[in-house]
Order: sequence, then structure tokens, then C-alpha cells
Amino acid sequence: MQHEQEKHGVHVESGTDKAAELCEQVREATAAKTPLTITGGGTKAFYGRQSVPENAQAISLTEHSGITHYDPVELVVSVRAGTPLSQLEAALAAEGQQLPCEPPHFGASATVGGMVASGLSGPRRPWSGSVRDFVLGTRVIGHEGKELRFGGEVMKNVAGYDLSRLMTGAQGTLGIITEVSFKVLPKAPAVAGLRLEMTLEDALRRFAEWGRQPLPITGAAYHDGALHLRLEGGNSSVPATATRLGGDRLDAGFWQDLREHRLAFFDPADPRPLWRVSLPNNTPPLALDGDSLYDWAGAQRWLRSTITADTLREIVTRAGGHATCYTPGTTEPFTPLTRTMARYHHQLKTQLDPNGIFNPGRLYPEF
Amino acid sequence: MNILYDERLDGALALNDKASVLDRLQTSVPDMKLLHREEDLRPFECDGLSAYRVLPMLVAMPDTLEQIENLMRVCFEMGVPVVTRGAGTGLSGGALPLEQGVLLVMSRFSRILDVDPDARTAKVQPGVRNLAISEAAAPYNLYYAPDPSSQIACSIGGNVAENAGGVHCLKYGLTVHNVLKVNVITIEGERMTLGSDAFDAPGFDLLALFTGSEGMLGVITEVTVKLLPKPEVAKVLMASFDDIEKAGKAVGDIIAAGIIPGGLEMMDNLAIRAAEDFIRAGYPVEAEAILLCELDGVEADVDDDCQTVRDVLRKAGATDIQLARDDAERAKFWAGRKNAFPAVGRMSPDYYCMDGTIPKRALPSVLKGIAALSEEHGLPVANVFHAGDGNMHPLILFDANKPGELELAEKVGGKILELCVEAGGAITGEHGVGREKINQMCVQFKPDELTSFHAVKAAFDSRGLLNPGKNIPTLQRCAEFGAMHVHHGKLPHPDLPRF
Ligand SMILES: Cc1cc2nc3c(=O)[nH]c(=O)nc-3n(C[C@H](O)[C@H](O)[C@H](O)COP(=O)(O)OP(=O)(O)OC[C@H]3O[C@@H](n4cnc5c(N)ncnc54)[C@H](O)[C@@H]3O)c2cc1C
Repeated sequence: MQHEQEKHGVHVESGTDKAAELCEQVREATAAKTPLTITGGGTKAFYGRQSVPENAQAISLTEHSGITHYDPVELVVSVRAGTPLSQLEAALAAEGQQLPCEPPHFGASATVGGMVASGLSGPRRPWSGSVRDFVLGTRVIGHEGKELRFGGEVMKNVAGYDLSRLMTGAQGTLGIITEVSFKVLPKAPAVAGLRLEMTLEDALRRFAEWGRQPLPITGAAYHDGALHLRLEGGNSSVPATATRLGGDRLDAGFWQDLREHRLAFFDPADPRPLWRVSLPNNTPPLALDGDSLYDWAGAQRWLRSTITADTLREIVTRAGGHATCYTPGTTEPFTPLTRTMARYHHQLKTQLDPNGIFNPGRLYPEF
Repeated sequence: MNILYDERLDGALALNDKASVLDRLQTSVPDMKLLHREEDLRPFECDGLSAYRVLPMLVAMPDTLEQIENLMRVCFEMGVPVVTRGAGTGLSGGALPLEQGVLLVMSRFSRILDVDPDARTAKVQPGVRNLAISEAAAPYNLYYAPDPSSQIACSIGGNVAENAGGVHCLKYGLTVHNVLKVNVITIEGERMTLGSDAFDAPGFDLLALFTGSEGMLGVITEVTVKLLPKPEVAKVLMASFDDIEKAGKAVGDIIAAGIIPGGLEMMDNLAIRAAEDFIRAGYPVEAEAILLCELDGVEADVDDDCQTVRDVLRKAGATDIQLARDDAERAKFWAGRKNAFPAVGRMSPDYYCMDGTIPKRALPSVLKGIAALSEEHGLPVANVFHAGDGNMHPLILFDANKPGELELAEKVGGKILELCVEAGGAITGEHGVGREKINQMCVQFKPDELTSFHAVKAAFDSRGLLNPGKNIPTLQRCAEFGAMHVHHGKLPHPDLPRF
């Protein structure tokens, strides 16, 4: 792989451009009405419905890779979808920058395309924003097998509809993401981790109280009888805040283990399904059987439970949230849509993918 | 090429006679305020792009959701176009009425429904003014971050519809980053909730899709926004430069130093003089450019960053650097910037505000290009610039009473936008396409991309009744625009039929 560096600190890594071949594959699939299963590194294959039509063909993005443009001063990087996420992160780290949404990898082969298509964000999300918040533009292969460009490589762009953010988290059901431009940001100069033993109720009270103050918090979880806190910011404020809040030191590895589901809580041998419960800020503990781990200052809760999907969703919906099942095959992974919403989702899918070739059935049975 | 709705290019609209629409609405939505006399319609004939005016057929001013639902059902059935209007401060003609259409005015939805300090959210009706949200949150030491310069007047519904930005959006994001949930009513009169009170929602990200969709996909009836804790301190540095290119380079140097300022704005000499004359902000009128750099956060960090930025600015060749001594002086520095448009408006009978965005590295070349266009056509241009995120606001000065000057200003404006696209940027960063930039959309997007936009529109508004003709040009329009507008000897869409 070539590596060039231009004089302005602009990095261009040519990688391999497979867009033309991918377009051809889509044109053939459209002609034959063959469903396509879009794959990257396969690390998030578990996330979503597992129903693959019998006649489906796999279309792999992994060879379509490389950082096409990175200018640290612009705070913008453009990457082909098959680029390993770790390669992108390393290139950013070399310039002291990062993807602030901290996307989980769930395996060494994670690609940038899979990250955007699944739209999953890590522990920093409530403070930094989510994957879609950092997506500035995309190249997408539509149903006609042409590569289209939406958004761009500038911070602000309100021309046309925001199809780039629509594609984020749509799990490839609206088209094939081939390239993404992200806003990136410098890493904070100072980081500290704290562990404070307290009850869950006290922790939730602290989350609400601290949330109203301009504190340099970028991670807040409750786990194992203790509040876990990450502070990131300036060299003056972080140590001062750490001293003020007290508690024990927490190793930075905790946040990675939480993000990657490597804590004992996520033990794959646990027979109970794993649920992700997304709730409004400041939601009290819900009466749910099983074990919970609170992330995002309580707005994202991981639940190990044998509770039925219907019961769980009823309780969670009443609290203003929704629940996603991370254990494949147990149930519908995503909360069903209301009738009107389902109708418009269906219409949107039909408009953008009239032959239903892109990952059909991955999000919901009907499309 | 005129931007007023042209059925030949923009699509045929149903011909309904005013009396029958009025009659149907008076019967079906009896308690809703409806304006129909010419003198009552007159105040609604334009938005902030006042060079273009169209009298709507009717103005509807509902104050309940049921009225909106019924209004939509009637219009859907009769094929009457509906143009939604917030506060009417839009600068791209997004709320420009249609002669055959109803203008749906949301200003009566002006209540703040809830401020929840512990969840850090505010639930408001769409007609609430942007600034009113921060005022309601202030007792809790919270605020709503996006701060368009029009914030005392513009509505949050209009902000969502335009994905409005402000001087603090490099660090705190645009409207799309600060909204959790919106309720909408579709053209068929159904209610939908997009997003949720949590950080995400199942299904497609329709919240993001509707943000910035210029009232083309649904009527926004309620908005839940995120509130942020007010930073402990904010300090503003004002740096003067004797050369605008040096100022442009300093912007990149600040970011390269790893600092993301709360606000980073640039003004050129003409804009500085206009603002100083109007506001007495204490700007150096002899400077070729100034940079305003706001640093906010925890006091000790802000002091460290101020030192770093001072060093960067000095190295970049700033001739003078001033730190606002207190909050009063800081407010004054910002007042000059936030009033730059009206200030320029005092210097010239009319001005035309552009909104292109560019990668920061292209700033010197684009500024040179703008100066050359200004020279060539004899119209002065003042530059105000959200420098941190590459959003330019060239203000073209002209006199609409002089025959041909408006057309000339538009021509210069169009060329400036094309410079932005050529530099890798976009035709609009925050003011939207509306009717104003409908032709330039043909420069920014290929026909296949425009077709995808039309597909999205069709999914939510199959009959094309919501704000027709805005935001996305028809391919016919692009073909005609292309034929008139041979660019560098190349037609933009050589593959399309010409008529
Ligand atoms: C002096 C001045 C300074 C400005 N500065 C900025 C700035 O710094 N940043 C910036 O982003 N903008 C700025 N603007 C532009 C303008 O204020 C924004 O675009 C604003 O968001 C428009 O809000 P509004 O309520 O006036 O909307 P309107 O002008 O009434 O409407 C704008 C668009 O939104 C649609 N719309 C309005 N309400 C709804 C609703 N409830 N549901 C669906 N669609 C709706 C309309 O159909 C139209 O397409 C400025 C304007 C002026 C006059």
C-alpha cells in the first residue's frame, strides 16, 4: 500500500478502489433481483435479524479500503468502507486526533463501513455525540449500481436531504456505503479515571447533579457497586476535578473493556440473553429481573435477563426508551415500529431500494 | 434565471379556485384562524430573502394539532400545496409562499412545554424563539447551544427545518446535534414521533433526515432539545491582521495546536467598518481582518488555552491581540459580529448574503476569487466568516432600485457558490437551499443524486404538496439551467435532454 504525505500535512493513502466492481455486482443483482448480504469484517453480524434469503449473495467490502483523504487541520478524514477501523484509529492517533464517538470494534476485523452501518457508539456518546453526529458525507451505491455522493468533506453542508446520516445505522438496508467522511477531533490533553463505591441510587443522583455542572466528564458507568467515572479535558481541570470528586483510581482499560463487552458481565457463557436498554437521562431503576450494568450515566443499560421481549419492551417503552436484543436468534432484535412509522419506513425502503436487494429483513421482517 | 415557481420547470400544481378552498377549510376546520384578504396576506409574502415576494392564496394560523391535522387532510385531498412558515427569518426563500398554496404559519405554537434540568432537556412548541429556550433554561444554569445570529427572532421549528448553525457550532454542533426528538404531522394528517427522549430510537434515523429538510417532509409540531451546562467561563480574544490571508492561516494554526474554540469568527475590513460604525464594538477599523476566538470551559483550562492561542496568533502575524476584559466587553465583541448583517445593511441600500462552505485551506484562493468577482462586476463584497468550520458569508452590496443590479448581485452570488463547490465545499452551510439556491443545486449534485432526493420526498409526500419547488430542483430545471450556464466550456449535465 502506498503512503504519501503532502506538504500541508494532508495524508493520502491510496489503498484499493473497488467501487467499479462493486457497482457492477449491484447492477447484476438488480437485474436478477438477487438479494445482497453486505459484509465488512463480520464483527457485527450478530447485530440485527439473522434471516438471510436463500438466494442471497454476499457482497464484501473488505477490499475496498484505504484512507482517501486526511487533513488534520480541517478535522476531516475520508475513508473507504472496507478500511479496518483500527487502521483509521491509528492514523488519527498519529496526529493526536480521534473519532470521539468511540465506536466498538467487537473484533479485530471491524471495518469503517460496519461501524457506520450499525451506528453503534461507545461510552463517550452522551458527551461527544454518536457515530451519525460525526458523519459529514458518504458515497453510497444505490439500487441502480451507481456510486452517489451525499454530504461532503466540509463541516457544514445543508444542501439536499441528509442521506449520509440516514444511511448511518440503517444496516445497509438502503444502499451500500462505500466511503465515509468524518469530523474528527483532537484527543484531550489530560485523562483520569475514578472509582467511587456507592449505592445505585446515590450514583444516579450524582449523574443528574454532575450533568448540570460543566465538569469534564466523558464516561460514567455504574457497575459492581461502584460508580466509574472518566474525566477528559485540560491539564488543569482534570486533576483538580479528580481531587475534588475523590475515590480510587480507575484504569483506562475499563472503558475499552466496557465498550468491547469484555467485562465479566458480558461473559458469552451466560445463558441469559443480553439486552441493550436505551432510556432518557435521569430514568430511575426499572423493575426488571436479572442483572444490569449502567453506562452513559444511566441512559444505556445492559441487561442480562430471561424476561420476555414483550414484557421488557412494555416497561421500557413506558419509560420513554427502547430495548435491543444482542443475543441473536432469541427474538426480534429491534423494538417494533408504530403503524405510521412502519408505513413510512416501508415507503422509504421501497423508494430507495425498489427491488429489495439490500440486506432485506436485516432490520425488520417486512423490509 | 428567475427563481419564482415556474410550473413548466418545477412541476404542475393543481388549479384550485380560492373561494372553494376557503370554503372547504372554513367548514372542515371551523375554529382555525384563516386570512384571505389581500391586506392580511401582504405581511406573509416573503421571508428574509425579501427580493422575492409572492402573495399566498390563504394564510392558516392554527393553534391546535387537530387543526393542523384537518388542514392537512383537506389540502391533501384537494391537492393544495402547503408551505410552512416559522418566524420568516429564513434567508433562502424556504418559506416563500405559492400563489396556489396555503401558507401554514406556526407562530401560535409558542409555548415552552417543559424544562427538565435533571434530564437536561426542554420540550417546546415549534414557534418558540431560539433565544427563549436558553432564557427558560438559564435559572438552572443550562442553555441551548445552537445560536444563529437571528436567535432573538427565529423559531426552533425553523431551526430544525434548516439545520441552523451559529457562532458556537464548531464545538457544540448544529441543530442536528442538539435535538433529541421532534413530533411531526405528515401531509396526510398523521402524527409521528422521530427520535426519542433517549439518545437513540429504533428504525431509520428519520430525525436526522427531517432536520434540514426545509419543510418538505412534514410539519414539525414539537421539538425536544438537549440543554448543556453553561461553561464556567468564556473568554474572547480579538486579533487584528494587516492581511486577510494571514488571518486565514491563523485559523488553521489554532486548530493544529489541538484547540477547539467555542467560537472562531473572521471579518474583513469592510465588515469591520460596518459593524464598528453601527455597534461601536471596539473593532480596529484599520485592520484588514479580525479574528474573534472564544475559549470556554473550566477557568484554569481556558487560561492555559488563551496563552496557547495568543502565542499562535502572534506567530501567525497578528498586529494586535486583545482579551475582552470582562463579560460586558466580551458581549460587545460578539455584538459587532452578530449584527454584521444589519450593519452592512446600513452601508448599502441592499445586500445579498451568501452561505457557501469550503475547506479552510481553500480560504485564500476563494477570497481572491471573490475579490476578483467583486472587482469585475463593480459590486463591493463584505466578508463575514464562521472561520472555524469553513462557512463563508460574503455580503454583496447593491441597490435594487438601479436597473439590473439585483440580477447582477445574484449572478455574482451564484459564481461565489460555484467557487465554493470547486474548492470542495457546499453551496449552503446553514441558510438552506430554499428557492434561492435551487439552480446551484444542479452544480452541487449529479442527476442520479437528485433523483435519490426526489425518491426520499416521494416516500413522505407522494403527491408533492409540501413546500413544492424548494430545496431539490427537478431534472428539467437543471437541464435548462445547464443549457444557459455553460461552465468552463462544459455543460453540467450533458446527458440530459435540452429544450
Ligand atoms: C439577520 C439574520 C441572521 C441570521 N443568522 C443565521 C445564523 O447565524 N445561522 C443560521 O443558521 N441561520 C441564520 N439566519 C437564517 C434564519 O434565521 C434561519 O434559517 C432560521 O432557522 C429560520 O427560522 P424561521 O423560524 O424564521 O423559519 P422560516 O424562515 O419561517 O422558515 C424556514 C424554513 O423552515 C420551514 N419551517 C419553518 N417552520 C417549520 C415547521 N414548524 N415545520 C416544518 N417546516 C418548517 C419553512 O417551510 C422554511 O422552509 C439568519 C437570518 C437573518 C435574517
